Amino acid sequence: MEKFTQHTGVGVPLRRSNVDTDQIIPAVYLKRVTRTGFEDGLFSAWRNDPAFVLNQAPYATGSVLVAGPDFGTGSSREHAVWALKDYGFKAVLSSRFADIFRGNSGKQGLLAAQLAQEDIELIWKILETTPGTEVTVDLVNKQVRCADVTVPLQVDDYTRWRLMEGLDDIGLTLQHEGDIAEFEEHRASWRPRTLPAKHLPKVEVKAARAAGVPVEIGRPLPQN
Amino acid sequence: MARTLAEKVWDAHVVRRGTDGVPDLLYIDLHLVHEVTSPQAFDGLRLAGRRVRRPDLTLATEDHNTPTLDIDLPIADPTSRTQIETLRRNAEEFGIRLHSLGDADQGIVHQVGPQLGLTMPGLTVVCGDSHTSTHGAFGALAFGIGTSEVEHVLATQTLPLQPFKTMAITVDGTLPHGATAKDIILAIIAKIGTGGGQGYVLEYRGEAIRSLSMEARMTICNMSIEAGARAGMIAPDETTFAYLKGRPHAPEGADWDAAVEYWQTLRTDDDAVFDAEVVLDAADIEPFVTWGTNPGQGLPLSGRVPNPAEIGDDNQRVAAERALEYMGLTPGTPLRDIAVDTVFIGSCTNGRIEDLRQVAKVFQGRRKADSVRVLVVPSSARVRLQAEAEGLDRIFTDFGAEWRNAGCSMCLGMNPDQLAPGERAASTSNRNFEGRQGKGGRTHLVSPLVAAATAVRGTLSSVGDLGIEDAPDGSPLTTTVSA
Repeated sequence: MEKFTQHTGVGVPLRRSNVDTDQIIPAVYLKRVTRTGFEDGLFSAWRNDPAFVLNQAPYATGSVLVAGPDFGTGSSREHAVWALKDYGFKAVLSSRFADIFRGNSGKQGLLAAQLAQEDIELIWKILETTPGTEVTVDLVNKQVRCADVTVPLQVDDYTRWRLMEGLDDIGLTLQHEGDIAEFEEHRASWRPRTLPAKHLPKVEVKAARAAGVPVEIGRPLPQN
Repeated sequence: MARTLAEKVWDAHVVRRGTDGVPDLLYIDLHLVHEVTSPQAFDGLRLAGRRVRRPDLTLATEDHNTPTLDIDLPIADPTSRTQIETLRRNAEEFGIRLHSLGDADQGIVHQVGPQLGLTMPGLTVVCGDSHTSTHGAFGALAFGIGTSEVEHVLATQTLPLQPFKTMAITVDGTLPHGATAKDIILAIIAKIGTGGGQGYVLEYRGEAIRSLSMEARMTICNMSIEAGARAGMIAPDETTFAYLKGRPHAPEGADWDAAVEYWQTLRTDDDAVFDAEVVLDAADIEPFVTWGTNPGQGLPLSGRVPNPAEIGDDNQRVAAERALEYMGLTPGTPLRDIAVDTVFIGSCTNGRIEDLRQVAKVFQGRRKADSVRVLVVPSSARVRLQAEAEGLDRIFTDFGAEWRNAGCSMCLGMNPDQLAPGERAASTSNRNFEGRQGKGGRTHLVSPLVAAATAVRGTLSSVGDLGIEDAPDGSPLTTTVSA
């Protein structure tokens, strides 16, 4: 994971509360098998609206999303975080995040930073008055700076440390591989293993057919 | 120190205790995988040059995208087909056991684990699916995870986790005739709300829970997530051991004895303290049905569609108004007068053999209402085979129902089994969100018995409305075991 200490980029004011993960990216995009390329799904229901903030030239290159409260509620789909990252966002600022969204963000190097709602309002005003204004998110000093405004940001110490060191969870956990191996040595032998596979005898499963009439496998299908 | 069941299972899996805000590192005993939330995780492993640490603690099955008709033909939807083919390639490359479409152990991941005897008391079980809470019915600590966590478990067989709080949900007494486990959990969600369990592991206890079969316990734990909790648990007992004994992966000989000895210690200590407690009386629980667009918007079937104007809380009133508009319902309408187009019997909540047996007892000797289409989708191919061995498939088709192959099916409509816009369903599944079962589809969550009675009458009904006291063979309709 890339280290995150400080980022400066165009701020995007998203004046909406309760933006759930279905709004961030609809379920139809969940059938994809890639982790990238989700930018077209981001806020897809709103992107057809010319008035939507990302459709306005000064904001289109934005990388700091300044959102209303309760951002990222709903399903656990990590695709929401991927879509934001793929579009180019490095940080999301809000006064309240859904737990799972915040967790998924931290694992993907997207900073979900909590600000007081009045500070969000302050930044919204600057970004709307002077579109294209840059916002600096400073994780080292736990500050957000925008024009002449400097406000504090909140992020839990563990996530902050991980982001600043650029450590992904897997890398961190693998530092303790010795502990894992030792734990495994003492696991009780009754605990299950999926391999080698054990199961009841293999039995043929017949395919169900439309109209509720089961048809034997191998019988020729009706031609249309 | 006295501990709850959840704390005992947690403590037994701590690889490394965290301090100063660092999470505990927990060992994962069983990792279940399906096609929707895994492809990016396998990609991540490939990019980092990592392997799956414990293929022998990992099991994959195809369920979310799979069709329930023509399973011997190529999958028609190209994106679904690609996702399934990707899982097959990943399983092959990383050496993971996969039960594919057409295999007798293919089916919904939360049925396959228990039926193979892989789900046991005292395990940690994870899967990239929020209904992983189902496995808590065995006294396992089981919860859904995101795709990064799927990759993390594949690579390390562990997860860094902050501890949960604990909530006791005690259901005393005996269920009345026609009420089932589904009605218990719908009543619990209506009582504590869809956010009531947030941050907690729920432990279901009390006489009414003890007397339930394993299938019924799975129904209850399955919907813990709809109460906002990531996990729900029930302490293992003789019912649990009897279900497990002799299953393909159940321990044998000395291992079995050692396991049972340990499993018997997996109960909340008498003087342990929960962070929160809720008590219900089973005698008050009636057949339940949802009227709105979240699982907490439910009422006894004897009730009427609520009037939003009478709801004091602003947020809840606005939510109820929106829900009734979406559902096309008028305040004051008796719930029993609501006519449905489709009855869906299936899902990881209610697609097990006992559910199908209950439904068959209602269907036997009857015909479906002309206006209703009825889908019966077993939760796994093995369940389908079992039902056919018992002759249930004939009862379903004679009734006029469609008897399908196994999978998640209409619960979330990722395959072709979907509701049309405006189509109304009585569904034994778990979520009645807007558009969940198909764009514009309207869902009423119900038990298998209510679904079956509704299929007969065409309007939301209980078995009492059919004058059924017991099944035609004289056996009781509800499937409880003696305590």
